[in-house]
Amino acid sequence: MSPIAMLIAFMTIVIKEITRFTRIWQQTLVPPAISTLLYFVIFGNLIGPRIGQMDGFDYMDFLVPGLILMSVITASYQNVVSSFFGAKWGKSIEELLVSPTPNLIILLAYICGGVARGVLVGLIVTSVSLLFTDLSIFNGWVLASVVVLTAILFSLGGFINAVFAKTFDDVSIVPTFVLLPLTYLGGVFYSINLLGDFWQQVSKANPILYMINAFRYGFLGITDVSVFFSYGMIIAFIMVFFAISLYLLSHSRGLRA
Amino acid sequence: MTYALKTTSLSKTYGNQIQALKGVDLNVAEGDFFALLGPNGAGKSTVIGILTSLVLKTAGQVEIFGVNIDRNFQKAKSFIGVVPQEFNFNIFETPLQIICNQAGYYGIDRRTALQRSEKYLRLLGLWEKRNDIAGHLSGGMKRRLMIARALIHEPRLLILDEPTAGVDIEIRRSMWDFLKNINAAGTTIILTTHYLEEAEHLCRNIGIINHGTLVENTSMRALLRQLNLETYVLDLETELEELPVPLNSIARLVDRSTLEVDIKRGETLNDVYDALSAASIHVTSMRNKANRLEQLFVDLTRNPGEASS
Repeated sequence: MSPIAMLIAFMTIVIKEITRFTRIWQQTLVPPAISTLLYFVIFGNLIGPRIGQMDGFDYMDFLVPGLILMSVITASYQNVVSSFFGAKWGKSIEELLVSPTPNLIILLAYICGGVARGVLVGLIVTSVSLLFTDLSIFNGWVLASVVVLTAILFSLGGFINAVFAKTFDDVSIVPTFVLLPLTYLGGVFYSINLLGDFWQQVSKANPILYMINAFRYGFLGITDVSVFFSYGMIIAFIMVFFAISLYLLSHSRGLRA
Repeated sequence: MTYALKTTSLSKTYGNQIQALKGVDLNVAEGDFFALLGPNGAGKSTVIGILTSLVLKTAGQVEIFGVNIDRNFQKAKSFIGVVPQEFNFNIFETPLQIICNQAGYYGIDRRTALQRSEKYLRLLGLWEKRNDIAGHLSGGMKRRLMIARALIHEPRLLILDEPTAGVDIEIRRSMWDFLKNINAAGTTIILTTHYLEEAEHLCRNIGIINHGTLVENTSMRALLRQLNLETYVLDLETELEELPVPLNSIARLVDRSTLEVDIKRGETLNDVYDALSAASIHVTSMRNKANRLEQLFVDLTRNPGEASS
């Protein structure tokens, strides 16, 4: 395939992915806005004032970055896992696999679809948060890069889950039993400085902690962990997940007998 | 000779240790209309799967128009259009979306994709349905949609895996005409089907796979010449109580108005007609008792030890 042909194939998949999740916006874009609205009302407005300050900021301001990134993580993961598994389950993935589109292009396009939904949901949740607080940005580059890198990472995670999944139950197991607990315990609602030494160390084994802290740094300029280390962590995970995904696309028994 | 497809010692053993292909050497000439036949589980779909990269071969070589799939599978795949046995498109998309997307996967720009979509959807009688949800189309329309999709990049080799399964006879015959035209225009076609009259009607050459082994790879004519005995069914003008004695050696009375005669290779029907005329028995119509290819197919794929019927 020529570079132009590869670009056409790439754009075809990306547009198809974006069309898919915007066509079912009631399932993909509205729910995160509603659930985040509830978080802001309950934890921010009702409980937040009783908590007071967290790391020197109003609890609502502390909460916003974590909630935005949590929605980005969920949206990017869900987009790829549901789209790719749906195509696999309905066998329409064969349209792609029998074509000359290189595996690298297929993977990059699915990642782009996941990132597009993650970023769009992130923007929607950010807009909702503006109803409750005035957002200030400490470092826009950090914000943008962490959002994109996190969306890439979780798009890859969704892809790997989709390749291994055999039933729709398999698609919901990881988000429910792995992703959600890691996100909740990754510092969305609290600073790990509140924890004892032992639990602080345990928390540092959670990769999502680094993403949320780096993102919070972009908004507030505070973090429980080194921002550079966070970048290193995210990039290392992306590289590992990318290599696994590419291998699975070529060799997985879930895709090719 | 240029081969559209050439496999050498092609083997496949699945993870469950089932040996689906055992060293298949298959040659399909460029421009051919080739029937790949075999009973269920014989290995036909495995061959097609390997050609389209959905199945990973265990051993052997595959060349598509001279391109070895181990060296440049992308290029080899660009030559192939495939119509699978099962519906494998997104049922929530429209035929136009499905076909244009497929064009995109082959690197065809949007404008060309739209032009070709119109061409093939019109040829296959689906243009009026282009904006309908694909899942709502009838079975025959879905089959034709998959053919249109397979043709969107104008492949040199079209692989059809049971393309007329579950399609009514009228649509089947219109699909035959369509496929004959595509083949006449230069596209090599490999067809698998359980309708053996379809293979006999359309294909010039034939390969028969059984238990993962190619048991026949020859021309349709040469294969049909192997048939030693053909049985004809004759419908009689007037009913008979019993067959006149001199005719007992050449015919048998199935019911009062139907005769069956066996004609060995090298014999003609004229002798039978002469004998029937001499006995004042008149025939109004005649047909083969079984499809000729079907009889050969049964013989070639019979399990060892199984008696001939």
